[in-house]
Amino acid sequence: MAEPTVKYDRQLRIWGDQGQAALEKSSICLLNCGPTGSETLKNLVLGGVGSITVVDGSKVEVGDLGNNFMVDEASLGQSKAKCVCSFLQELNDAVKAKFVEEYPETLIETNPSFFSQFTLVVATQLVENSMIKLDRICREANVMLVFARSYGLTGFVRISLKEHTVIESKPDHFLDDLRLNNPWPELKRFAEDFDLNVQDPVAHKHIPYVVILVKMADEWAKSHGGRLPSTREEKKEFKELLKAGMVAPDEDNYKEAIDASFKVFAPKGISSDLQQILNDSSAEVDSSSSDFWVLVAALKEFIANEGGGEVPLEGSIPDMTSSTEQYVNLQNIYQAKAEADFLVMERLVRSTLKKIGSDPNRIPRATIKSFCKNARKLKVCRYRQIEDEFNSPNIPELQKFLTDEDYSLAVGIYILVRAVDRFVANYNSFPGQFDSAMDEDIPRLKSTAISLLNDLGCNGATLAEDLINEMCRFGAAELHAVAALVGGIASQEVIKLITRQFVPMSGTFIFNGIDHKSQLLSL
Amino acid sequence: MAETEASRSRDLDKLLLRRGNLVGPRFEPGTELRDDLQTYARVLVVGAGGLGCELLKDLALSGFRNLDVIDMDRIEVTNLNRQFLFRLEDVGKPKAEVAAKRVMERISGANIVPHFCRIEDKEIDFYNDFNIIALGLDSLEARSYINNVACSFLEYDSDDNPREETIKPMVDGGTEGFKGHARVILPGITPCFECTIWLFPPQVKFPLCTLAETPRTAAHCIEYAHLIKWNEVHGGTAFDPDNPKHMKWVYDEAVKRAELFGIPGVTYSLTQGVVKNIIPAIASTNAIISAACALETLKIATECSKTMSNYLTYNGSEGLHTKVAEFERDKDCLVCGPGVLIELDPSITLQKFMDLLEEHPKLRLSKASVTHQGKNLYMQAPPVLEEMTRPNLSLPVFDLMGKLSKDVVHVNGMTSKNDQKVSCLRKLRLVFKGVDGVTDMDTAGGA
Repeated sequence: MAEPTVKYDRQLRIWGDQGQAALEKSSICLLNCGPTGSETLKNLVLGGVGSITVVDGSKVEVGDLGNNFMVDEASLGQSKAKCVCSFLQELNDAVKAKFVEEYPETLIETNPSFFSQFTLVVATQLVENSMIKLDRICREANVMLVFARSYGLTGFVRISLKEHTVIESKPDHFLDDLRLNNPWPELKRFAEDFDLNVQDPVAHKHIPYVVILVKMADEWAKSHGGRLPSTREEKKEFKELLKAGMVAPDEDNYKEAIDASFKVFAPKGISSDLQQILNDSSAEVDSSSSDFWVLVAALKEFIANEGGGEVPLEGSIPDMTSSTEQYVNLQNIYQAKAEADFLVMERLVRSTLKKIGSDPNRIPRATIKSFCKNARKLKVCRYRQIEDEFNSPNIPELQKFLTDEDYSLAVGIYILVRAVDRFVANYNSFPGQFDSAMDEDIPRLKSTAISLLNDLGCNGATLAEDLINEMCRFGAAELHAVAALVGGIASQEVIKLITRQFVPMSGTFIFNGIDHKSQLLSL
Repeated sequence: MAETEASRSRDLDKLLLRRGNLVGPRFEPGTELRDDLQTYARVLVVGAGGLGCELLKDLALSGFRNLDVIDMDRIEVTNLNRQFLFRLEDVGKPKAEVAAKRVMERISGANIVPHFCRIEDKEIDFYNDFNIIALGLDSLEARSYINNVACSFLEYDSDDNPREETIKPMVDGGTEGFKGHARVILPGITPCFECTIWLFPPQVKFPLCTLAETPRTAAHCIEYAHLIKWNEVHGGTAFDPDNPKHMKWVYDEAVKRAELFGIPGVTYSLTQGVVKNIIPAIASTNAIISAACALETLKIATECSKTMSNYLTYNGSEGLHTKVAEFERDKDCLVCGPGVLIELDPSITLQKFMDLLEEHPKLRLSKASVTHQGKNLYMQAPPVLEEMTRPNLSLPVFDLMGKLSKDVVHVNGMTSKNDQKVSCLRKLRLVFKGVDGVTDMDTAGGA
């Protein structure tokens, strides 16, 4: 066995030990192990999930050899679940791999409690009716659910669960938390010790830009009735003042200060995204509230009281031109404030827990610390129940998509894949499944799709004839490249859900392999 | 047998045997198309890493049978979290060879030829044997090199339109963490790698004075140990990032420096990351990007659907964002354009010509090897060829090119990019002054 820290090195750099531990604790169930399912699971097994259970009732046929890498000639006639399972086991011996030779539809109908043992279910290639039933079962059992389907050159991925909250959303670009628009007393005092008119040129070009901006902003405020620059002219003037402070053209610290001056102009307080989370009814906590919402409730108190309208300070600073000593000192100022804010938060969390009659030590310090660091980046994702979306989609959105050129192919795919499932219910085969029925299947699929649109309340809406033809041409083919792509996306979403890091997608991802103009539809 | 073959491609047949409405202009569905794809289409996969492993599998399951794969690397333990064709017992073996073997074991009919070597080790003509080149690379230099090679096959007609039969299509993928891109390059039609080189921002380097005098971050301490301290102490020995002893030494020195300055955060993992410039990589992103590339390869080969036009970006870190951008060619591109125009006096010798290339403001080409219509006019290496072609240096280029008034030559040499010497291949259009009434030729794009 390979040393896990070495084997997983390239992913530990993304989600760290905690993310990896969450993966290793998870148990994943896959429904249907055609190429879409097999490829989804392959990516998860490589990443080191705890256990997998492959559910499929079919036997390997010759056609499967042409689109699924996990089966080979020796598998012909054998249980597909068994063959896929044994190949996946080969990829990573740290994963417990099991299989159940059974049709998912049968399990959904006869043994719904089967699903409650898993962290997450990946359901591939299910038709609408089974999707709806499985969604109900998983929501009831609090099991996360990801649907994935490949259909010819198209496909979709859809997450379904009540709520997913994220502390470590790890956005790509996020403004650092320097509080240059609202410095606290210790930071001001630290800045006061610097002289911007220092004679020594080496000292002058090593004053950290944070200090330059705090001092300049303070000076500005003194001469402007306590206000910071806000109009375009004022901002320009402030930058000119910074420029005038340079004593040599090569002073990187001043250049950094000019580039970062917008941080002085930024509005104080919290973002509207965060405000929305604070206003959420779940932030009114009781004994059944999750840790996340207890933390939000404490945060709300912090902002209203000790925080003076701000969240706990993040505590880290970006690299900037400076001497080592001054940089380290500045870092300490920020860290001390972050630590003080954390201690207040910890007290608030403990008292909130007490108030709701819960163990005051229920939430570990490390979690509170991480919550404080990420307070500006919290995310709450909620997903509509599949049945609701299918029966009463957001009509204005749907209408908009149908007439928007950028969305028309994607929404056409969305409608047609659903129409395909109605078609199956009526005619017992997929449109275009057999060459001989192509000519009659095209008008049938068209009228099925139109009546679906009517049922949804989109009377008079039309779909491109070309796309209807293409869907019949696809004849339910599961192409390997499409399956690998759709499965790849599904597995990436699974990882985000399990590690509770990064932000999972919202709505339904429609894969458009015709021109790659894929879209997310929130209906 | 025919029966089995037909049903093995059960799903693909729907796409290749049936008429379609959203397809390329030359799509001709039928068993012949499928059989031709299997028999005649040849695809080269460059790189047998995270993307390459996926590409080989995806292509072999998309109707392609004749595949080659080239990679100079050997398998490492850190590959195993995504390069699914490799097992622990394969560590140390050449990637290309193991990858080819594994895919052939599982997919009967697949014929995959591995090449365990550097891409520069192959003759240029090696690359011309493939219908499509699929790139699964993680370096800018390697992409540039293959792009140069593929574009060197491109010829233009007298109206400066690309000759279709000389277009060597490429599909290119790249990933980092949850993000990636897939693109289609049809040299002469869509932008080549060089046309959009600005998409790849230059790598961040720390100023040496920061490292030496005012370190502030853990990375500064690590780079000090790696770039400055190592040379001070080990003068003669080059630092080898793959030697664990070297890495440990750098780490220990970085820790010492960090302690001295009170800087937190130096870890062994970060040391490796900084020194080797490690790009985080996961299986799912590689799967997504490779599949997009494989799908486009199938479309280029068969026209069974529309072609992506021309650059897909994928970002899964904050929700899910995909976008197709249609980038435009740089009409003056040195690599995929009709070639840099150079006006020469018929008396100029090959040696003088090569000196000119070194001084040419757009080219700055040194150590040039020159070929004309596949004939070596001068070769820097190997020594045998150098000796054979050396006498040409004193002959006029005009004579060496068969006294043509104008024609294209290919020059392989070194140029500098971001202060680094890189090998490059350039196409030059030579026009000889005072021959055949080309005196009024527009030389604005040339010397």
